[in-house]
Amino acid sequence: MLEVKGLHAGYGVVEVLRGIDMAVSRGEIVAVLGANGVGKTTLNKVFSGVIPAWAGEILFEGQRIDRATPDAIVAAGLIHVPEGRKIFPNMTVRENLELGSYRRGKPRRARNLEHVFSVFPRLRERSAQAAGTLSGGEQQMLAIGRGMMAEPNLLILDEPSLGLSPLLVEEMFTLIRRLNADGLPILLVEQNVVQSLEIASRAYILENGLFALSGSAAEVSGNPELRRAYLGM
Amino acid sequence: MYSPAIVAEAMVNGLMTGAAYALVALGLTLVYGVLHIVNFAHGALLTCAMFAVLGMEQGLGIGPYAAILPLGVLFFLLGYALQRYVIGPSSHGEDRNTLLVTLGISIVLENALLAAFRSDTRTLGGDMGFDVVELGPMLLSRPRLVGCAVALVVAALLWLLLARSDTGRAIRAVAKERFGAQVVGIDPRHIFAVTFGIGCACLAVAACLLLPTFYVNPRVGNAFVLVAFTIVVLGGMGSVVGALVGGLVIGVVESLGGLLLGESLGQLGIFLIFILVLLLRPTGLFGARA
Ligand SMILES: Nc1ncnc2c1ncn2[C@@H]1O[C@H](COP(=O)(O)OP(=O)(O)O)[C@@H](O)[C@H]1O
Ligand SMILES: [Mg+2]
Repeated sequence: MLEVKGLHAGYGVVEVLRGIDMAVSRGEIVAVLGANGVGKTTLNKVFSGVIPAWAGEILFEGQRIDRATPDAIVAAGLIHVPEGRKIFPNMTVRENLELGSYRRGKPRRARNLEHVFSVFPRLRERSAQAAGTLSGGEQQMLAIGRGMMAEPNLLILDEPSLGLSPLLVEEMFTLIRRLNADGLPILLVEQNVVQSLEIASRAYILENGLFALSGSAAEVSGNPELRRAYLGM
Repeated sequence: MYSPAIVAEAMVNGLMTGAAYALVALGLTLVYGVLHIVNFAHGALLTCAMFAVLGMEQGLGIGPYAAILPLGVLFFLLGYALQRYVIGPSSHGEDRNTLLVTLGISIVLENALLAAFRSDTRTLGGDMGFDVVELGPMLLSRPRLVGCAVALVVAALLWLLLARSDTGRAIRAVAKERFGAQVVGIDPRHIFAVTFGIGCACLAVAACLLLPTFYVNPRVGNAFVLVAFTIVVLGGMGSVVGALVGGLVIGVVESLGGLLLGESLGQLGIFLIFILVLLLRPTGLFGARA
């Protein structure tokens, strides 16, 4: 459902992505892994139209979206849960979730809100609280819940485990697996190589703006290069 | 000293003037709170709105109160277009550019008005400015009373819009977290323009309420905006409630100051407050603490 061909992008004169080819199919969890600063977030921002592609094609459900505006991309159902959560700190948890359906899913807002609250009971308890006062883990739940409010066809999660305690990280990965089991395709962008490979069906390893390695999660995790570079084995 | 009735009358008069000030300040504070720019064209736009009220009356025979709705809509559209197609694109994301652009717009507008209308001072025809209402021992100016009521209604509507509608939520969202807003499909350029349009609509309403008791010349807006800046600082930059309360307080201070010190010194109190707030509570009464 997501197809990327020869994608280049960057900032100013600095090229960050230097020819990305990848795909996500229905029902998958696909992991994009790589160290800090290799361009994972840049890739996500290009997908959601926040920064322009320099060259190449992005197709989402058969439609070119590499020239589309961010709101048109949201309307198409490609929903990005950004790194650092980017929730609205001055607004209540409920308002944050309601704004999740600003562009898409508005007619079923009440029903989807119930659904998010059933997935994240913590958010229901805190629904009247200012989002900025939530703990890190709760903020991550809110960011994902806000994304779910838009009825995503594909959910991009950018470093959902960043800054969480090991216990919460475990919980977060369980949750991602559960969302996927309910039929939601997920593009999981992470530095946490081990746990991401456990739940992903396929993975891409990003290095220097190019995929150094890709394949099924089993292939990738068995690769000796990867084991040495990322797992220290 | 002064009889209680006179002091009470001065206070009520001050509240009424303050409500009109509050409208001018609302536009300023909203644009500052959301776009994070100080709109230096605010005064010139108010002047334009006041001339528009004059034009409606003299050209089309539409009185200032009947003009509230059409001019409100017109100035919303004008403000929307100005931000969306002039200020936004020319700022290239740099706040200091915006500053210069709004300053430039104000100079252009002011000089266009000067060229068209000279520096003459004009007023609405008729004598509605002198209508009074008797309230117990007090004689209150009817147009100011109407102005106060309308200003309060507009402030309440604005508050409702911001608190309850999706557009209002989007305005608050963009103010704090632009990237987060983009990923839920909010177009910040649109929301910025809507906010600027609302600010201009507030000016149009303020102009309709002011003109029955006030004059207009190509520079008149600046005096109001100076007071509006004080209100915004007093109420807290970006706070809608602060602008309303601040406007009322400043109106009363000015009116009582005028009573005690004479008309020409009445505004002294306003600038004393301005300095005191900056010294003692720079975030204002309702401003978020950093
Ligand atoms: N707004 C920006 N302007 C210029 N360079 C940036 C910007 N954002 C990121 N970069 C640079 O692009 C590279 C990739 O960053 P990023 O995509 O955030 O990496 P990752 O998400 O993999 O940690 C880094 O070298 C970073 O310094
Ligand atoms: Mg990143």
